[in-house]
Amino acid sequence: MLQRTPDLGVLPELSRSADPGQSLEVFRRMCRSRYFELGALRAAEARQLNSNVYLSLGQESIAAALSLALAEFIIFAQHRCHATYLAFGGDPAKLRDELVGLPSGTSGGRGGSNCLQCHENGVAMYGHHGLIGENVPLGVGMALGSGKPVVCFFGDGAAEEDYVFAAMGFAVTHKLPVLFVCEDNDLSILTNVSVRRSWSVVRVAEALGMPAIDIADDPWTALFRAAALKQDLPAFMNIRTCRANWHVGTGVDGPPEWDRFALVKDAFARNGLVAKANVLEAAEKVAMEQIWDNELLRTLSGK
Amino acid sequence: MGQRTLADTIREITRNHLEHNNGLLLGESITAVGWVNNTVPDCRGIVELPMTDVAGAGIAVGAALAGRRPIFVIRFQDFLILNGSPLIYYAAKVKELHGSTAPVFVRAIATDNLGPVHSGVLHSIFMHFPGFRVWAPMTPGEYEDTWKDYLSHDDPMIVSEYRLSYATTGEYRDRRTDGAEITLFAISSPRLEVEKASEILSTRGIKSNIVHIVRLKPFDIDEGRMLEPLRASKRGLVIDSGHEIAGAGRSIAYELSSASGCRVNALGLKDATKCLSAPLRNAAPDAARIVETVTALLQR
Repeated sequence: MLQRTPDLGVLPELSRSADPGQSLEVFRRMCRSRYFELGALRAAEARQLNSNVYLSLGQESIAAALSLALAEFIIFAQHRCHATYLAFGGDPAKLRDELVGLPSGTSGGRGGSNCLQCHENGVAMYGHHGLIGENVPLGVGMALGSGKPVVCFFGDGAAEEDYVFAAMGFAVTHKLPVLFVCEDNDLSILTNVSVRRSWSVVRVAEALGMPAIDIADDPWTALFRAAALKQDLPAFMNIRTCRANWHVGTGVDGPPEWDRFALVKDAFARNGLVAKANVLEAAEKVAMEQIWDNELLRTLSGK
Repeated sequence: MGQRTLADTIREITRNHLEHNNGLLLGESITAVGWVNNTVPDCRGIVELPMTDVAGAGIAVGAALAGRRPIFVIRFQDFLILNGSPLIYYAAKVKELHGSTAPVFVRAIATDNLGPVHSGVLHSIFMHFPGFRVWAPMTPGEYEDTWKDYLSHDDPMIVSEYRLSYATTGEYRDRRTDGAEITLFAISSPRLEVEKASEILSTRGIKSNIVHIVRLKPFDIDEGRMLEPLRASKRGLVIDSGHEIAGAGRSIAYELSSASGCRVNALGLKDATKCLSAPLRNAAPDAARIVETVTALLQR
């Protein structure tokens, strides 16, 4: 298997050659997720939420990039889905309310952090129920039944589920328009991929007969490759990324292997977009702080 | 008695759904070996699944989310253990959790005498989980009612079928007998035996009522059809083709007993594995076993 590095498969010239407006929009979506989740983290630690949280912190760039490439796709997200929900256009206030357990939440407060859905504002996102990889055959069935393009997000642990392979194979047999995206943070709870298996999911996808790539979570590369692969579905993307917090909850076990958020800002510094990026970041920070306003949260949560 | 069999009925319902209602039918090895006992038509909309129990059910549930109202065929109910997770953990929960629906029509086919993992009857398990409708039709008319119920609701439905019922052409009727000492409530394949059992009991001086049960969940207690004969006879026995312990028979017996104040027992499979060999098949209660049980219950 290829080694995990922040520049695995990255096309460095893309950060310079990409449309600045598109680059900044990807970053804005990363900022939305990051600052929303920093607020959620504080609320969780203050015990103002009604469910456990599965934070996307550190992994935001994947959803931010792919939401631009796959805007018309039906989404079958994994359990770690805050970034997916927010990047594709979900309402942050409804997500907050879901975490607080309110009827105004994305599923009326019944689902919680790992069960988010969105069926408004042109977004079709189906909620996960918590059985990892379950969304892959469901997404394949949706593509079969609707004929519409589907993106299935799952982690490197879910990729090991037998029904995930079987569903991917079915998609190949029936030439279904599904993009399979493995958000590979190298962790199943805290067990590394190398401890769990000796084989590569990318090689399995190739063996099933679909295009498959293995890249790090550089958003320019992810967007570029997804835009190309969606012309040749079904296809598979393994995207190496770093989860900043525990599998569930707000704890931290140490610094992540790399910080994509900082790396993206470094790229903006190199290509002259840092000032505009800073303005966007500040605006999203303020907007998400308003979502998590202490006074409002106390009123909503009663805590 | 009409000439149209239950198999004909299932095939006609399926053809109409696939050709005129944008439906789908998914299953393993559907278009071979008799087209599932001649219950599947040769028409568009049939999806042959690879031998991928679990994923296959997930794909069917995904098609249900897409609004195709898929028919998902399980050739042997035992395979529901493998196929159950997308049905139980997604299809049956999505309505309460998210307000959306995944109405998949699961044809779960049971039979006897095919050994430890091809003879099981698992409808009780699906009654246990919230979110399912569970019916066990054995006649053409009952199957049509089942299909209408499925179309008029948006829930996943487990249809517990029995292979030997496919040749059935008529309808079963409840039977009230003056002076009955027990009411026999029959579910699934024992319904094919209960009238014979009642006749044998009659020759031994034991009169019995018969009530046929098709709708297992939700189980609506019918005052006139169920409780009146039960109260008149004062005793009841629910006979099911599944395992007795924690099974549909005991569950329904409890509900009937609670509603009537009468003692209601249950009869189902013994707590033993179904073996392929004849003495150890542990088949569904037949007329002889029903008679034996009733005789013991009434201490005759």
